[in-house]
Amino acid sequence: MTYAAKNLIDGHELIAFRIGDQEFCVNIMSVREIRGWTPATPMPHAPPHVLGVINLRGAVLPIIDMSQRLGMKRTEPTVRHVIIVAQVGPATVGLLVDAVSDILTITDENIQPTPDIANETEKAYARGILAIEGRMICLIDLGVLFPHIESEAA
Amino acid sequence: MDMNEIKEIFFQECEEQLAELESGLLKLNDGDRDPETVNAVFRAVHSIKGGAGAFGLDDLVSFAHVFETTLDCVRSNKLEPTQDVLKVMLKSADVLADLTNAARDGGSVDEARSRTLIRELEALAHGETHAAEPAAPKPVAAAPKPSEPAPVVAKPDVNDEGFQPIPFSFGDFDEEPAAKYVPTCQIIFRPNRELYAKGNEAVLLLRDLSRLGEMSVYCDMDRLPPLDKMNPEEAYFSWKVSVTTDKGEDGVRSVFEFAEWDCELDVRTIEEEIVGEAADDDEPPMQAVPFDLSLLEDGPAASGEEEPVVNESDTAAAIAAADTASKVAQVASRAAENAKAAAAAATAAQANQASAAGQTIRVDLDRVDRLINLVGELVINQAMLSQSVVENDNNGVSSINMGLEELQQLTREIQDSVMAIRAQPVKPVFQRMARTVREIADITGKSVRLITEGENTEVDKTVIDKLAEPLTHMIRNAVDHGLEMPEKREALGKNPEGTVRLTAKHRSGRIVIELADDGAGINREKVRQKAIDNDLIAADANLSDEEIDNLIFHAGFSTADKVSDLSGRGVGMDVVKRSIQALGGRISISSKPGQGSVFTMSLPLTLAVLDGMVVTVAGQTLVVPLTAIVETLQPEASAIHSFGASQRLISIRNSFCPLVDVGRILNFRSTQANPIDGVALLVESEGGGQRALMVDAIQGQRQVVIKSLEANYTHVPGIAAATILGDGRVALILDVDAVVAASRGQPLRQDISLAATG
Repeated sequence: MTYAAKNLIDGHELIAFRIGDQEFCVNIMSVREIRGWTPATPMPHAPPHVLGVINLRGAVLPIIDMSQRLGMKRTEPTVRHVIIVAQVGPATVGLLVDAVSDILTITDENIQPTPDIANETEKAYARGILAIEGRMICLIDLGVLFPHIESEAA
Repeated sequence: MDMNEIKEIFFQECEEQLAELESGLLKLNDGDRDPETVNAVFRAVHSIKGGAGAFGLDDLVSFAHVFETTLDCVRSNKLEPTQDVLKVMLKSADVLADLTNAARDGGSVDEARSRTLIRELEALAHGETHAAEPAAPKPVAAAPKPSEPAPVVAKPDVNDEGFQPIPFSFGDFDEEPAAKYVPTCQIIFRPNRELYAKGNEAVLLLRDLSRLGEMSVYCDMDRLPPLDKMNPEEAYFSWKVSVTTDKGEDGVRSVFEFAEWDCELDVRTIEEEIVGEAADDDEPPMQAVPFDLSLLEDGPAASGEEEPVVNESDTAAAIAAADTASKVAQVASRAAENAKAAAAAATAAQANQASAAGQTIRVDLDRVDRLINLVGELVINQAMLSQSVVENDNNGVSSINMGLEELQQLTREIQDSVMAIRAQPVKPVFQRMARTVREIADITGKSVRLITEGENTEVDKTVIDKLAEPLTHMIRNAVDHGLEMPEKREALGKNPEGTVRLTAKHRSGRIVIELADDGAGINREKVRQKAIDNDLIAADANLSDEEIDNLIFHAGFSTADKVSDLSGRGVGMDVVKRSIQALGGRISISSKPGQGSVFTMSLPLTLAVLDGMVVTVAGQTLVVPLTAIVETLQPEASAIHSFGASQRLISIRNSFCPLVDVGRILNFRSTQANPIDGVALLVESEGGGQRALMVDAIQGQRQVVIKSLEANYTHVPGIAAATILGDGRVALILDVDAVVAASRGQPLRQDISLAATG
C-alpha cells in the first residue's frame, strides 16, 4: 500500500460506483452531491470524454464520461445514469457513471496494491484495489485523472 | 483586526481623501472661493498626515506637513489661491498620491520632484510667491488675453466678493470671543430615581457645577406630592441652573457625565429669547451676560445696535460685560471678517447636513458579487419555472400564472437594484484624467483645460476599473497629438489654452463617454499617406472621410512626426479600441479639420450581463454578443461565390465578405453547411474587417447572465463564456474575434484539456 493511498482514504469512507461490469470508488470527502443525468451542452474542441457542460444551480459544470476517461467504451447516457458531482482541487466536475452502488467504510488493511499487470494508464489513476464481499473495487485518484485542475490549484 | 487590516483601511481612506483633495483644488482652480472648499482640502491633507503619522510613514508625514502648512496660509487668507499657487498645489496632490501608493505597495517616488515641491510650498507659505514663480511655469498667465474668462485672471489681492483679504487667523478668532464674552448655560436637571439608586447625589453634581463659574440655582418642587402620597424612594425635585462659564456646554455636560443616563438633562447656551423670558418670569435674576453673536454677524449694521449691548451689560454689571464693552469697538471693526466666518460656519453646517443625508457602508466586493450571482440564479430559475408552468398548463389564466408574473416583476426589480450596488460614479476615473492632463500639459508645454461633465454617471465597477487605461491613452493622444502648441493656436485665432472635454452620460441602457478636443482634428491626408505607406490600404483606394478617420484604429498607426515620451509608442488607438471592445463596447471618431476630434465610446453598464442574439448552430444553441453584430441577412444563392478550394464569399451591396461557418469552425459538424439554409450575421471584429458568420437560425434576442467556463473547466477556444437559458440548459457565448481569427487560417487550438494525460 502506498503512502498516497493512505492519504486518500483518510476519511475511511468511500463511494463506490459502477461502470459497465466494473466497480470503482472515490473518497467520499471529494463528493459534493449525486444527481440524475440531464442533457449536457457539447463543447467545441473538447476531448471525447468531455460530454459537455450542464447548469448546476448557476455554475457551469463540465461532465466527464468516466467510462471513456478510464479507457473503456463510450457511454450513451440515459435517465438511469448518474452524475457524481466531485470537487477536484478548486474546480467542481460531474462524473457520469452507470450507478452508485455503495458507501464503504474501510480500514487501511483492506486496500491492496494495484497488481503489476496493469498498463500505465490504469496504474496512474488506480491507487489500489479493495476486496469487499467477493467484489473487486478499484480506488481512483481523481487528482491524477484531472491533473490540470490540480496544477491550477497549486 | 490586526495592524495590516487597519493600515488597509487607512489607505482606502487615503484614496477618498486624495479624491476629495483633488476635487477641492480643482474647484478652487475654477474660481471657487468658498472657505468650506479650502477647509475640505485642508482636512483631507490633515487626515492623511494624521493617519500616516500613526503608521510611521515618515516621508508621507513630512510632505503632508509642508503641504498642510501652505494650505493653512490659504485657509487663513495669508495666501491668495491664484492659478500659480494652485498649480503647485495640484502637483503636490499628485506627489502626495504617489507617496501614498509608494507607502502601500512599496516602490519609490521621484524624490527630486517632491523636494522641489516642498521648496515651492515652503516658499509659498512664507509669502515668497514671486520667488517661487520661476519654478512654477505659467505659459498662459504670461500672455493673458483680455477676453479671457474671469477666474483665470484672479487678481492677486481682491477676491470675487470684493473683500480686501485682511491677514487673519482662525486660531486667534477662536480664542478672542471666549475672552471677551463668557457664555451662560441654562441647565435643566431632573434626576430620575435611578440616579439616587446608583448612589449619585444631586447636591454633589450641583456643587461640581458651581465650580465651573458663577451659578444660580432654582429648585423646582412642583412635582412634590403631599406627604401622605410621597414615595420616599422617588425623585421629585428638578433644578434650573444657570451658570456663567467659559467651559461651554461640553464642560457642563462633563459634570453630568456619569449621571447622564439617569436624569433628564437639558443644557443650552442662553440666547436672546431666554433673556426676554427672564425679564417677565419669576425666575431668580441671572448673572448672565446675554451677548448675542448675531449682532456681530450683521456686519456694519452692528454698530447701530451697539447701545443695547452696552445697556444690557450695565444692568448685568458683570465683569464679563465690562470686558465686552471694552471690546465692542474692536468687534465692530472685525465685523466683516466675522460675517465671513459666520458664512463659513453656515456652509459647514450645510455640508455636514449633506454628508449626513447619504449614509454609506463599506462592503466587501465579494459579498456583493455573491449576491449578484444568486440573483442571477433566481432570474434563471424563475424563467425555468414559468416555462414549465406554461408547458403544463393549457388553460392560460390560472392563479399560478398571475403569481408567476408578479414573481417575474419582483425578480427583475431585485436584479436591477442589486446591479445598482455595483454601480459607481465615473468620477474617480475622471479625476485621474485631470492629473494625466496636467502632467502631459507640463511635458509638452501646452496649456490645457480639462472640462468634465456627468462625473456622477454610474456604471459597473468592473467597467470603471477597466476604463482608466484606454481613457488615459486617449487623453494623452488628445493633448499630445490633438491640441496645437499655444503659439500656433493663437496664430489660428483660437484660445491659446486648449480644451479637452470629457463627458459621460447614459443612453439607452449604455454609458456613453465622449472625449472631445478643440485641436487640429485629424489630418486626413497624412493618415491616408501613412496608411498607404504601411500597406493598410491601396494607394488608389477611394475612402470616405469617416473611413480615413477610422484608419487610426489600425495596429501600428501613429501620425505624430516624432515619437514622444507620452504617446505614439506604436501601441496606439488599436489598443484602445481592443480594450473598449473587450468591455463589450464600441468606439468611433468624428473629426473636423481645425476644430478638433470627438471620440465616442459606448459601453455596457455592466459586465455581468450581456445583450446577445440567441442562434442555433448544428443543433446547438449559441449566444452571439449583440455588440459585435453589424447586421443580419438571409443569403441568396446568387450572392454566394466560391473562392479557392474551400473559401466562400458573400456579396453584400457589391462588396465581398468572407463567409465563416460557425458550426464548422467550432467542430460541431464536419462538412460545411449550405449557406442558403441559414442566416448570415455580419460582424465586425478586432482587426476591423467584416465577416459573415453563418448560423442555422436566429432564435431571438435576449439579455443573458455571463457565467465563467474557466471556473470548473478550462478556456475553450472560440467560446468567450457560458450562460444559462430559460430552459435551464447551458448555452455558450461565441467569441467572435477568435472565430474570425480562426477563419483567417489560425485554427482554434485547445491549449490544455482534460485529456492532458489521456
